[in-house]
Amino acid sequence: MSPPRRWPSGLAALLPPLAVLVLFLAAWEGLVRWRQIPEYLLPGPLRIAAALIESWPALYPSLLFTLAVTGEALLAAVVLGGGLAVVLAQSRWIERSVFPLAVVLQVTPVVAIAPLLLIWIRDVRLALIVCAGIVAFFPMVANTTLGLNSADHHLLDLMRLYGASRWQVFRWVRLPAALPYFLGGLRISGGLALIGAVVAELVAGSGGTASGLAWRILEAGYNLEIPRMFAALTLLSAAGVLLWAALSGLSWLLLHRWHESAVRREG
Amino acid sequence: MPPLPGPDTEPVIRLRGVEHRFAGGITALAGLDLDVRPGEWLSLLGPSGCGKSTALRLIAGLASPTAGSVERRLPGTHGRGDIGFVFQEPTLMPWATVEGNVALPLQLLGTPRAEIRARAGELIERVGLTGFERARPRELSGGMKMRVSIARALAAAPRLLLLDEPFAALDEITRTRLNDDLLALWQAQGFTVVFVTHSVWESVYLSTRIAILSGRPGRVVGEVMVDAPASRGADFRESAACLHTCREVSGKLAEAMR
Repeated sequence: MSPPRRWPSGLAALLPPLAVLVLFLAAWEGLVRWRQIPEYLLPGPLRIAAALIESWPALYPSLLFTLAVTGEALLAAVVLGGGLAVVLAQSRWIERSVFPLAVVLQVTPVVAIAPLLLIWIRDVRLALIVCAGIVAFFPMVANTTLGLNSADHHLLDLMRLYGASRWQVFRWVRLPAALPYFLGGLRISGGLALIGAVVAELVAGSGGTASGLAWRILEAGYNLEIPRMFAALTLLSAAGVLLWAALSGLSWLLLHRWHESAVRREG
Repeated sequence: MPPLPGPDTEPVIRLRGVEHRFAGGITALAGLDLDVRPGEWLSLLGPSGCGKSTALRLIAGLASPTAGSVERRLPGTHGRGDIGFVFQEPTLMPWATVEGNVALPLQLLGTPRAEIRARAGELIERVGLTGFERARPRELSGGMKMRVSIARALAAAPRLLLLDEPFAALDEITRTRLNDDLLALWQAQGFTVVFVTHSVWESVYLSTRIAILSGRPGRVVGEVMVDAPASRGADFRESAACLHTCREVSGKLAEAMR
Protein backbone atom coordinates (compact mmCIF):
# COMPACT_ATOMS: atom_id res chain seq x y z
CA MET A 1 0.00 0.00 0.00
CA SER A 2 1.20 3.48 -0.75
CA PRO A 3 1.77 6.18 1.85
CA PRO A 4 -1.01 8.68 2.55
CA ARG A 5 -1.07 11.60 0.15
CA ARG A 6 -0.95 15.18 1.30
CA TRP A 7 -2.24 18.43 -0.03
CA PRO A 8 0.86 19.91 -1.66
CA SER A 9 1.58 22.21 1.22
CA GLY A 10 4.51 23.94 2.85
CA LEU A 11 6.81 26.69 1.79
CA ALA A 12 8.17 24.77 -1.20
CA ALA A 13 4.82 24.85 -2.98
CA LEU A 14 4.00 28.45 -2.02
CA LEU A 15 7.39 29.96 -2.82
CA PRO A 16 7.25 30.25 -6.64
CA PRO A 17 3.86 31.99 -6.88
CA LEU A 18 4.78 34.21 -3.92
CA ALA A 19 8.06 35.20 -5.58
CA VAL A 20 6.25 36.11 -8.80
CA LEU A 21 3.72 38.19 -6.87
CA VAL A 22 6.44 40.12 -4.99
CA LEU A 23 8.36 40.74 -8.21
CA PHE A 24 5.23 41.98 -9.93
CA LEU A 25 4.40 44.38 -7.07
CA ALA A 26 7.99 45.65 -6.93
CA ALA A 27 7.99 46.35 -10.67
CA TRP A 28 4.66 48.16 -10.33
CA GLU A 29 5.89 50.32 -7.45
CA GLY A 30 9.13 51.02 -9.33
CA LEU A 31 7.31 52.04 -12.50
CA VAL A 32 4.94 54.37 -10.65
CA ARG A 33 7.82 56.10 -8.85
CA TRP A 34 10.14 56.27 -11.84
CA ARG A 35 7.55 57.68 -14.27
CA GLN A 36 5.96 59.74 -11.46
CA ILE A 37 2.51 58.54 -12.42
CA PRO A 38 -0.08 60.60 -10.53
CA GLU A 39 -2.01 58.66 -7.88
CA TYR A 40 -5.40 59.46 -9.47
CA LEU A 41 -4.27 57.47 -12.55
CA LEU A 42 -2.35 54.57 -11.05
CA PRO A 43 -1.38 54.40 -7.39
CA GLY A 44 1.52 52.18 -6.34
CA PRO A 45 1.01 49.07 -4.20
CA LEU A 46 2.30 50.85 -1.06
CA ARG A 47 -0.19 53.69 -1.49
CA ILE A 48 -2.98 51.13 -2.02
CA ALA A 49 -1.94 49.29 1.15
CA ALA A 50 -2.09 52.57 3.05
CA ALA A 51 -5.54 53.28 1.62
CA LEU A 52 -6.65 49.81 2.60
CA ILE A 53 -5.64 50.34 6.23
CA GLU A 54 -7.08 53.86 6.23
CA SER A 55 -10.52 52.87 4.93
CA TRP A 56 -10.68 49.47 6.62
CA PRO A 57 -13.56 50.55 8.92
CA ALA A 58 -15.69 51.27 5.84
CA LEU A 59 -14.40 48.44 3.63
CA TYR A 60 -14.61 45.61 6.13
CA PRO A 61 -18.42 45.65 6.58
CA SER A 62 -18.73 45.93 2.79
CA LEU A 63 -16.52 42.87 2.35
CA LEU A 64 -18.70 40.93 4.77
CA PHE A 65 -21.83 42.06 2.94
CA THR A 66 -20.55 40.98 -0.48
CA LEU A 67 -19.27 37.69 0.90
CA ALA A 68 -22.64 37.01 2.55
CA VAL A 69 -24.48 37.68 -0.72
CA THR A 70 -22.01 35.44 -2.57
CA GLY A 71 -22.31 32.65 -0.02
CA GLU A 72 -26.09 32.69 0.03
CA ALA A 73 -26.25 32.77 -3.78
CA LEU A 74 -23.81 29.86 -3.99
CA LEU A 75 -25.80 27.88 -1.44
CA ALA A 76 -29.00 28.49 -3.40
CA ALA A 77 -27.28 27.46 -6.65
CA VAL A 78 -25.95 24.27 -5.06
CA VAL A 79 -29.30 23.26 -3.59
CA LEU A 80 -31.45 24.21 -6.59
CA GLY A 81 -28.87 23.30 -9.26
CA GLY A 82 -28.01 19.99 -7.61
CA GLY A 83 -31.69 19.26 -7.11
CA LEU A 84 -32.52 20.02 -10.73
CA ALA A 85 -29.61 17.81 -11.86
CA VAL A 86 -31.08 14.91 -9.87
CA VAL A 87 -34.42 15.45 -11.61
CA LEU A 88 -32.76 15.74 -15.04
CA ALA A 89 -30.79 12.54 -14.48
CA GLN A 90 -34.00 10.56 -13.99
CA SER A 91 -34.67 10.39 -17.70
CA ARG A 92 -33.20 11.58 -20.98
CA TRP A 93 -36.64 12.80 -21.89
CA ILE A 94 -36.82 15.22 -18.96
CA GLU A 95 -33.24 16.30 -19.57
CA ARG A 96 -33.91 17.08 -23.19
CA SER A 97 -36.99 19.16 -22.37
CA VAL A 98 -35.67 21.17 -19.45
CA PHE A 99 -31.96 21.57 -20.17
CA PRO A 100 -32.37 24.14 -22.99
CA LEU A 101 -34.13 26.47 -20.54
CA ALA A 102 -31.13 26.27 -18.23
CA VAL A 103 -28.91 27.09 -21.22
CA VAL A 104 -31.01 30.18 -22.02
CA LEU A 105 -30.62 31.30 -18.42
CA GLN A 106 -26.88 30.75 -18.72
CA VAL A 107 -26.23 32.60 -21.98
CA THR A 108 -28.32 35.67 -21.09
CA PRO A 109 -25.85 38.11 -19.52
CA VAL A 110 -26.70 38.81 -15.90
CA VAL A 111 -26.04 42.54 -16.43
CA ALA A 112 -29.01 42.51 -18.76
CA ILE A 113 -31.34 40.75 -16.32
CA ALA A 114 -30.23 42.61 -13.21
CA PRO A 115 -32.25 45.82 -13.84
CA LEU A 116 -35.42 43.75 -14.30
CA LEU A 117 -34.80 41.76 -11.16
CA LEU A 118 -34.16 44.95 -9.21
CA ILE A 119 -37.55 46.20 -10.32
CA TRP A 120 -39.36 42.96 -9.57
CA ILE A 121 -37.79 42.20 -6.25
CA ARG A 122 -38.39 44.91 -3.68
CA ASP A 123 -35.77 43.64 -1.25
CA VAL A 124 -32.49 44.75 -2.89
CA ARG A 125 -30.35 42.28 -0.97
CA LEU A 126 -32.58 39.44 -2.16
CA ALA A 127 -32.38 40.76 -5.73
CA LEU A 128 -28.57 40.68 -5.51
CA ILE A 129 -28.67 37.08 -4.27
CA VAL A 130 -30.98 36.09 -7.12
CA CYS A 131 -28.67 37.71 -9.70
CA ALA A 132 -25.58 36.03 -8.31
CA GLY A 133 -27.47 32.76 -7.94
CA ILE A 134 -28.53 32.77 -11.60
CA VAL A 135 -24.89 33.05 -12.69
CA ALA A 136 -23.76 30.30 -10.33
CA PHE A 137 -26.69 28.02 -11.12
CA PHE A 138 -25.73 26.65 -14.53
CA PRO A 139 -22.34 25.07 -13.77
CA MET A 140 -23.96 23.24 -10.87
CA VAL A 141 -26.75 21.84 -13.06
CA ALA A 142 -24.54 21.00 -16.03
CA ASN A 143 -21.70 19.40 -14.07
CA THR A 144 -23.86 17.44 -11.65
CA THR A 145 -26.07 16.13 -14.46
CA LEU A 146 -22.99 15.02 -16.39
CA GLY A 147 -21.64 13.34 -13.25
CA LEU A 148 -24.87 11.52 -12.46
CA ASN A 149 -25.01 10.20 -16.02
CA SER A 150 -21.37 9.13 -16.15
CA ALA A 151 -21.60 6.21 -13.74
CA ASP A 152 -19.80 3.05 -14.92
CA HIS A 153 -22.28 1.08 -17.06
CA HIS A 154 -21.05 -2.24 -15.76
CA LEU A 155 -21.65 -1.05 -12.21
CA LEU A 156 -25.19 -0.14 -13.25
CA ASP A 157 -25.54 -3.64 -14.72
CA LEU A 158 -24.40 -5.06 -11.43
CA MET A 159 -27.05 -3.05 -9.62
CA ARG A 160 -29.68 -4.48 -11.95
CA LEU A 161 -28.39 -7.99 -11.37
CA TYR A 162 -29.05 -7.59 -7.66
CA GLY A 163 -32.43 -5.99 -8.28
CA ALA A 164 -31.38 -2.68 -6.72
CA SER A 165 -34.07 -0.04 -6.34
CA ARG A 166 -33.83 3.36 -8.03
CA TRP A 167 -32.83 4.85 -4.68
CA GLN A 168 -30.13 2.21 -4.11
CA VAL A 169 -28.64 2.85 -7.56
CA PHE A 170 -28.61 6.56 -6.78
CA ARG A 171 -27.15 6.17 -3.32
CA TRP A 172 -24.47 3.55 -4.12
CA VAL A 173 -23.39 4.38 -7.67
CA ARG A 174 -24.72 7.57 -9.26
CA LEU A 175 -24.19 9.95 -6.36
CA PRO A 176 -20.57 9.00 -5.59
CA ALA A 177 -19.77 8.93 -9.32
CA ALA A 178 -21.15 12.47 -9.62
CA LEU A 179 -19.16 13.87 -6.69
CA PRO A 180 -15.98 14.87 -8.61
CA TYR A 181 -18.09 16.60 -11.28
CA PHE A 182 -20.21 18.31 -8.64
CA LEU A 183 -17.11 19.62 -6.87
CA GLY A 184 -15.66 20.84 -10.17
CA GLY A 185 -18.89 22.73 -10.77
CA LEU A 186 -18.78 24.12 -7.25
CA ARG A 187 -15.36 25.70 -7.82
CA ILE A 188 -16.58 27.38 -11.00
CA SER A 189 -19.83 28.48 -9.38
CA GLY A 190 -18.01 29.94 -6.37
CA GLY A 191 -16.11 32.37 -8.57
CA LEU A 192 -19.16 33.12 -10.68
CA ALA A 193 -21.33 33.85 -7.63
CA LEU A 194 -18.84 36.51 -6.53
CA ILE A 195 -18.79 38.03 -10.01
CA GLY A 196 -22.58 37.91 -10.14
CA ALA A 197 -22.88 39.63 -6.77
CA VAL A 198 -20.53 42.42 -7.86
CA VAL A 199 -22.21 42.92 -11.22
CA ALA A 200 -25.65 43.11 -9.61
CA GLU A 201 -24.37 45.59 -7.07
CA LEU A 202 -22.88 47.77 -9.80
CA VAL A 203 -26.21 47.77 -11.61
CA ALA A 204 -28.09 48.55 -8.40
CA GLY A 205 -25.63 51.41 -7.78
CA SER A 206 -26.63 53.97 -5.19
CA GLY A 207 -30.20 52.71 -5.45
CA GLY A 208 -29.04 49.60 -3.70
CA THR A 209 -28.24 49.07 -0.09
CA ALA A 210 -25.02 50.98 -0.75
CA SER A 211 -23.03 48.65 1.39
CA GLY A 212 -21.20 46.08 -0.75
CA LEU A 213 -17.64 46.22 -2.07
CA ALA A 214 -18.83 47.04 -5.58
CA TRP A 215 -20.57 50.11 -4.25
CA ARG A 216 -17.35 51.13 -2.47
CA ILE A 217 -15.58 50.93 -5.82
CA LEU A 218 -18.24 53.09 -7.49
CA GLU A 219 -18.23 55.55 -4.62
CA ALA A 220 -14.44 55.88 -4.63
CA GLY A 221 -14.59 56.38 -8.38
CA TYR A 222 -17.12 59.23 -8.08
CA ASN A 223 -14.87 60.92 -5.52
CA LEU A 224 -11.72 60.24 -7.58
CA GLU A 225 -10.24 58.38 -4.60
CA ILE A 226 -8.37 56.00 -6.87
CA PRO A 227 -6.17 54.39 -4.17
CA ARG A 228 -9.31 53.56 -2.22
CA MET A 229 -10.85 52.13 -5.36
CA PHE A 230 -7.83 49.88 -5.75
CA ALA A 231 -8.03 48.93 -2.07
CA ALA A 232 -11.62 47.71 -2.54
CA LEU A 233 -10.57 45.92 -5.73
CA THR A 234 -7.75 44.18 -3.84
CA LEU A 235 -10.18 42.99 -1.20
CA LEU A 236 -12.45 41.66 -3.91
CA SER A 237 -9.62 39.69 -5.53
CA ALA A 238 -8.51 38.38 -2.16
CA ALA A 239 -12.06 37.26 -1.41
CA GLY A 240 -12.20 35.45 -4.77
CA VAL A 241 -8.88 33.70 -4.18
CA LEU A 242 -9.88 32.66 -0.66
CA LEU A 243 -13.20 31.32 -1.90
CA TRP A 244 -11.47 29.32 -4.59
CA ALA A 245 -8.92 27.98 -2.12
CA ALA A 246 -11.65 26.97 0.34
CA LEU A 247 -13.63 25.13 -2.34
CA SER A 248 -10.47 23.45 -3.65
CA GLY A 249 -9.67 22.35 -0.12
CA LEU A 250 -13.15 20.91 0.27
CA SER A 251 -12.77 19.08 -3.03
CA TRP A 252 -9.44 17.65 -1.93
CA LEU A 253 -10.88 16.53 1.41
CA LEU A 254 -13.65 14.59 -0.28
CA LEU A 255 -11.68 13.12 -3.19
CA HIS A 256 -8.08 12.58 -2.15
CA ARG A 257 -8.62 8.97 -1.12
CA TRP A 258 -9.82 7.79 -4.49
CA HIS A 259 -10.12 10.23 -7.37
CA GLU A 260 -7.31 10.54 -9.90
CA SER A 261 -7.64 14.33 -10.01
CA ALA A 262 -6.62 14.66 -6.35
CA VAL A 263 -3.94 12.01 -6.23
CA ARG A 264 -0.30 12.90 -6.55
CA ARG A 265 1.52 10.74 -9.07
CA GLU A 266 4.47 8.81 -7.80
CA GLY A 267 7.61 7.60 -9.45
CA MET B 1 -15.32 -31.59 -7.14
CA PRO B 2 -19.03 -32.18 -7.61
CA PRO B 3 -19.93 -35.22 -9.70
CA LEU B 4 -20.18 -34.44 -13.38
CA PRO B 5 -23.78 -33.82 -14.32
CA GLY B 6 -25.09 -36.12 -16.98
CA PRO B 7 -26.84 -34.85 -20.09
CA ASP B 8 -30.18 -35.83 -18.57
CA THR B 9 -29.83 -33.59 -15.50
CA GLU B 10 -32.44 -30.84 -15.30
CA PRO B 11 -30.66 -27.69 -16.52
CA VAL B 12 -30.53 -24.51 -14.44
CA ILE B 13 -30.48 -22.40 -17.59
CA ARG B 14 -32.16 -23.32 -20.83
CA LEU B 15 -31.75 -21.22 -23.98
CA ARG B 16 -33.89 -22.21 -26.95
CA GLY B 17 -33.71 -20.66 -30.41
CA VAL B 18 -32.28 -17.48 -28.97
CA GLU B 19 -31.70 -14.58 -31.30
CA HIS B 20 -30.31 -11.23 -30.27
CA ARG B 21 -30.22 -8.28 -32.57
CA PHE B 22 -28.78 -4.95 -31.49
CA ALA B 23 -30.55 -1.69 -32.17
CA GLY B 24 -27.92 -0.94 -34.82
CA GLY B 25 -29.08 -3.96 -36.82
CA ILE B 26 -26.20 -6.31 -36.05
CA THR B 27 -27.36 -9.83 -35.15
CA ALA B 28 -25.11 -11.16 -32.41
CA LEU B 29 -26.81 -14.50 -31.86
CA ALA B 30 -29.18 -16.59 -33.97
CA GLY B 31 -30.66 -19.98 -33.22
CA LEU B 32 -28.68 -20.46 -30.03
CA ASP B 33 -29.64 -23.55 -28.03
CA LEU B 34 -27.79 -24.04 -24.78
CA ASP B 35 -28.35 -25.86 -21.51
CA VAL B 36 -26.41 -25.13 -18.35
CA ARG B 37 -26.46 -28.08 -15.95
CA PRO B 38 -26.16 -27.71 -12.21
CA GLY B 39 -22.64 -27.91 -10.80
CA GLU B 40 -20.83 -27.93 -14.12
CA TRP B 41 -18.16 -25.54 -15.39
CA LEU B 42 -19.30 -24.69 -18.87
CA SER B 43 -17.03 -22.67 -21.13
CA LEU B 44 -18.33 -20.72 -24.09
CA LEU B 45 -15.52 -20.69 -26.60
CA GLY B 46 -15.57 -18.83 -29.87
CA PRO B 47 -13.94 -16.19 -32.03
CA SER B 48 -14.19 -12.62 -30.79
CA GLY B 49 -17.38 -10.88 -31.82
CA CYS B 50 -19.37 -14.13 -31.88
CA GLY B 51 -21.80 -13.00 -29.20
CA LYS B 52 -20.36 -14.92 -26.25
CA SER B 53 -20.67 -11.92 -23.95
CA THR B 54 -24.17 -11.25 -25.24
CA ALA B 55 -25.14 -14.83 -24.40
CA LEU B 56 -23.84 -14.27 -20.88
CA ARG B 57 -25.86 -11.06 -20.51
CA LEU B 58 -28.97 -12.91 -21.67
CA ILE B 59 -28.37 -15.63 -19.10
CA ALA B 60 -27.95 -12.98 -16.41
CA GLY B 61 -31.15 -11.25 -17.47
CA LEU B 62 -29.28 -8.02 -18.27
CA ALA B 63 -30.59 -8.21 -21.84
CA SER B 64 -33.61 -9.84 -23.46
CA PRO B 65 -33.53 -11.96 -26.59
CA THR B 66 -35.24 -10.55 -29.68
CA ALA B 67 -36.50 -14.09 -30.34
CA GLY B 68 -36.47 -17.42 -28.54
CA SER B 69 -36.60 -18.10 -24.83
CA VAL B 70 -34.32 -17.91 -21.83
CA GLU B 71 -35.42 -19.99 -18.85
CA ARG B 72 -33.81 -19.70 -15.46
CA ARG B 73 -34.41 -22.51 -13.01
CA LEU B 74 -32.16 -21.82 -10.12
CA PRO B 75 -32.97 -24.00 -7.12
CA GLY B 76 -34.08 -22.06 -4.06
CA THR B 77 -34.60 -18.98 -6.16
CA HIS B 78 -35.15 -15.79 -4.21
CA GLY B 79 -34.85 -13.65 -7.27
CA ARG B 80 -31.92 -11.53 -6.26
CA GLY B 81 -28.38 -12.66 -5.63
CA ASP B 82 -28.71 -16.05 -7.34
CA ILE B 83 -26.35 -15.00 -10.07
CA GLY B 84 -22.84 -13.60 -9.63
CA PHE B 85 -21.18 -11.79 -12.54
CA VAL B 86 -17.51 -11.01 -13.13
CA PHE B 87 -16.98 -8.59 -15.98
CA GLN B 88 -13.94 -8.23 -18.23
CA GLU B 89 -12.93 -5.20 -16.21
CA PRO B 90 -12.84 -5.32 -12.40
CA THR B 91 -15.70 -2.73 -12.39
CA LEU B 92 -15.11 -1.68 -8.78
CA MET B 93 -16.43 1.44 -7.08
CA PRO B 94 -13.26 3.59 -6.94
CA TRP B 95 -14.58 5.55 -3.96
CA ALA B 96 -15.16 2.48 -1.80
CA THR B 97 -12.65 0.34 0.08
CA VAL B 98 -12.01 -3.29 -0.79
CA GLU B 99 -14.37 -4.23 2.02
CA GLY B 100 -17.04 -1.82 0.79
CA ASN B 101 -16.82 -3.21 -2.73
CA VAL B 102 -17.08 -6.81 -1.61
CA ALA B 103 -19.99 -5.96 0.68
CA LEU B 104 -22.03 -4.18 -2.03
CA PRO B 105 -24.28 -7.13 -3.00
CA LEU B 106 -25.02 -7.80 0.68
CA GLN B 107 -25.85 -4.13 1.27
CA LEU B 108 -28.27 -4.23 -1.66
CA LEU B 109 -29.92 -7.40 -0.38
CA GLY B 110 -30.43 -5.82 3.03
CA THR B 111 -28.19 -8.19 4.99
CA PRO B 112 -27.73 -7.16 8.66
CA ARG B 113 -24.66 -5.03 9.26
CA ALA B 114 -22.83 -7.44 11.58
CA GLU B 115 -23.31 -10.28 9.13
CA ILE B 116 -22.02 -8.13 6.25
CA ARG B 117 -18.76 -7.43 8.09
CA ALA B 118 -18.17 -11.05 8.95
CA ARG B 119 -19.03 -12.30 5.48
CA ALA B 120 -16.93 -9.63 3.71
CA GLY B 121 -13.93 -10.47 5.89
CA GLU B 122 -14.35 -14.15 5.12
CA LEU B 123 -14.55 -13.52 1.35
CA ILE B 124 -11.55 -11.21 1.38
CA GLU B 125 -9.59 -13.91 3.14
CA ARG B 126 -10.73 -16.52 0.64
CA VAL B 127 -9.40 -14.50 -2.31
CA GLY B 128 -6.15 -13.83 -0.45
CA LEU B 129 -6.53 -10.10 0.21
CA THR B 130 -6.45 -10.07 4.01
CA GLY B 131 -4.77 -6.87 5.16
CA PHE B 132 -6.12 -4.86 2.23
CA GLU B 133 -9.64 -4.35 3.61
CA ARG B 134 -9.22 -0.57 3.88
CA ALA B 135 -7.37 -0.10 0.56
CA ARG B 136 -9.00 1.66 -2.38
CA PRO B 137 -9.04 0.02 -5.83
CA ARG B 138 -6.48 2.44 -7.23
CA GLU B 139 -3.95 1.20 -4.69
CA LEU B 140 -4.25 -2.37 -5.98
CA SER B 141 -2.66 -4.20 -8.90
CA GLY B 142 -4.77 -5.50 -11.79
CA GLY B 143 -4.80 -9.02 -10.40
CA MET B 144 -5.79 -7.84 -6.94
CA LYS B 145 -8.65 -5.78 -8.37
CA MET B 146 -9.89 -8.88 -10.18
CA ARG B 147 -9.75 -10.78 -6.88
CA VAL B 148 -11.95 -8.13 -5.31
CA SER B 149 -14.34 -8.48 -8.23
CA ILE B 150 -14.48 -12.27 -7.71
CA ALA B 151 -15.05 -11.89 -3.98
CA ARG B 152 -17.89 -9.46 -4.71
CA ALA B 153 -19.47 -11.88 -7.20
CA LEU B 154 -19.39 -14.61 -4.53
CA ALA B 155 -20.68 -12.37 -1.73
CA ALA B 156 -24.34 -13.28 -2.04
CA ALA B 157 -23.50 -17.02 -2.33
CA PRO B 158 -24.76 -17.30 -5.92
CA ARG B 159 -25.89 -20.58 -7.47
CA LEU B 160 -24.57 -19.51 -10.82
CA LEU B 161 -21.36 -17.60 -11.47
CA LEU B 162 -20.97 -15.91 -14.86
CA LEU B 163 -17.44 -15.00 -15.92
CA ASP B 164 -16.91 -12.82 -18.99
CA GLU B 165 -13.25 -13.27 -19.98
CA PRO B 166 -12.35 -12.09 -16.52
CA PHE B 167 -8.58 -12.35 -16.82
CA ALA B 168 -8.09 -11.31 -20.44
CA ALA B 169 -6.25 -8.15 -19.45
CA LEU B 170 -3.87 -9.81 -16.99
CA ASP B 171 -0.39 -11.22 -17.46
CA GLU B 172 -0.07 -14.97 -17.80
CA ILE B 173 1.41 -15.65 -14.36
CA THR B 174 -1.38 -13.78 -12.58
CA ARG B 175 -3.91 -15.34 -14.89
CA THR B 176 -2.82 -18.91 -14.16
CA ARG B 177 -2.88 -18.29 -10.44
CA LEU B 178 -6.34 -16.72 -10.52
CA ASN B 179 -7.62 -19.60 -12.66
CA ASP B 180 -6.32 -22.09 -10.09
CA ASP B 181 -7.87 -20.13 -7.23
CA LEU B 182 -11.19 -19.91 -9.02
CA LEU B 183 -11.09 -23.64 -9.71
CA ALA B 184 -10.48 -24.31 -6.01
CA LEU B 185 -13.43 -22.08 -5.05
CA TRP B 186 -15.67 -23.86 -7.52
CA GLN B 187 -14.63 -27.27 -6.19
CA ALA B 188 -15.19 -26.21 -2.60
CA GLN B 189 -18.54 -24.49 -3.06
CA GLY B 190 -20.29 -26.40 -5.79
CA PHE B 191 -21.81 -23.47 -7.68
CA THR B 192 -22.33 -23.60 -11.42
CA VAL B 193 -20.03 -21.65 -13.72
CA VAL B 194 -20.47 -20.27 -17.22
CA PHE B 195 -17.12 -19.01 -18.43
CA VAL B 196 -16.61 -16.99 -21.59
CA THR B 197 -13.16 -17.22 -23.14
CA HIS B 198 -11.35 -17.29 -26.43
CA SER B 199 -8.46 -19.31 -25.13
CA VAL B 200 -8.66 -23.00 -26.08
CA TRP B 201 -6.16 -24.02 -23.44
CA GLU B 202 -7.91 -22.12 -20.68
CA SER B 203 -11.26 -23.67 -21.54
CA VAL B 204 -9.84 -27.19 -21.47
CA TYR B 205 -7.95 -26.64 -18.26
CA LEU B 206 -10.92 -25.23 -16.38
CA SER B 207 -14.15 -26.69 -17.71
CA THR B 208 -16.11 -29.87 -17.48
CA ARG B 209 -17.82 -29.03 -20.77
CA ILE B 210 -17.01 -26.69 -23.63
CA ALA B 211 -19.57 -25.26 -26.02
CA ILE B 212 -18.04 -23.97 -29.24
CA LEU B 213 -19.74 -21.01 -30.88
CA SER B 214 -19.62 -20.08 -34.54
CA GLY B 215 -18.68 -16.65 -35.80
CA ARG B 216 -21.39 -13.95 -35.88
CA PRO B 217 -24.26 -14.57 -35.62
CA GLY B 218 -23.23 -17.00 -32.89
CA ARG B 219 -24.77 -20.39 -32.21
CA VAL B 220 -23.43 -23.59 -30.66
CA VAL B 221 -21.74 -25.69 -33.33
CA GLY B 222 -19.86 -28.19 -31.23
CA GLU B 223 -19.50 -29.57 -27.76
CA VAL B 224 -16.63 -31.24 -25.97
CA MET B 225 -16.77 -32.95 -22.59
CA VAL B 226 -13.55 -32.63 -20.65
CA ASP B 227 -12.48 -35.74 -18.81
CA ALA B 228 -10.23 -34.47 -16.10
CA PRO B 229 -9.12 -35.81 -12.71
CA ALA B 230 -10.87 -34.51 -9.61
CA SER B 231 -7.99 -32.24 -8.72
CA ARG B 232 -6.72 -30.42 -11.73
CA GLY B 233 -3.20 -29.20 -11.33
CA ALA B 234 0.18 -29.22 -12.97
CA ASP B 235 -0.26 -32.96 -13.69
CA PHE B 236 -3.38 -32.42 -15.72
CA ARG B 237 -2.04 -29.27 -17.33
CA GLU B 238 0.85 -31.22 -18.85
CA SER B 239 -0.92 -34.53 -19.40
CA ALA B 240 -1.51 -36.21 -22.74
CA ALA B 241 -5.26 -36.15 -22.07
CA CYS B 242 -5.23 -32.38 -21.74
CA LEU B 243 -3.21 -31.97 -24.89
CA HIS B 244 -5.48 -34.36 -26.73
CA THR B 245 -8.59 -32.43 -25.68
CA CYS B 246 -6.96 -29.13 -26.66
CA ARG B 247 -6.34 -30.55 -30.11
CA GLU B 248 -9.92 -31.74 -30.41
CA VAL B 249 -11.30 -28.36 -29.31
CA SER B 250 -8.96 -26.46 -31.64
CA GLY B 251 -10.11 -28.62 -34.52
CA LYS B 252 -13.77 -27.90 -33.83
CA LEU B 253 -13.08 -24.21 -33.36
CA ALA B 254 -11.28 -24.05 -36.70
CA GLU B 255 -14.30 -25.75 -38.28
CA ALA B 256 -16.64 -23.28 -36.59
CA MET B 257 -14.75 -20.32 -37.97
CA ARG B 258 -14.72 -21.64 -41.50
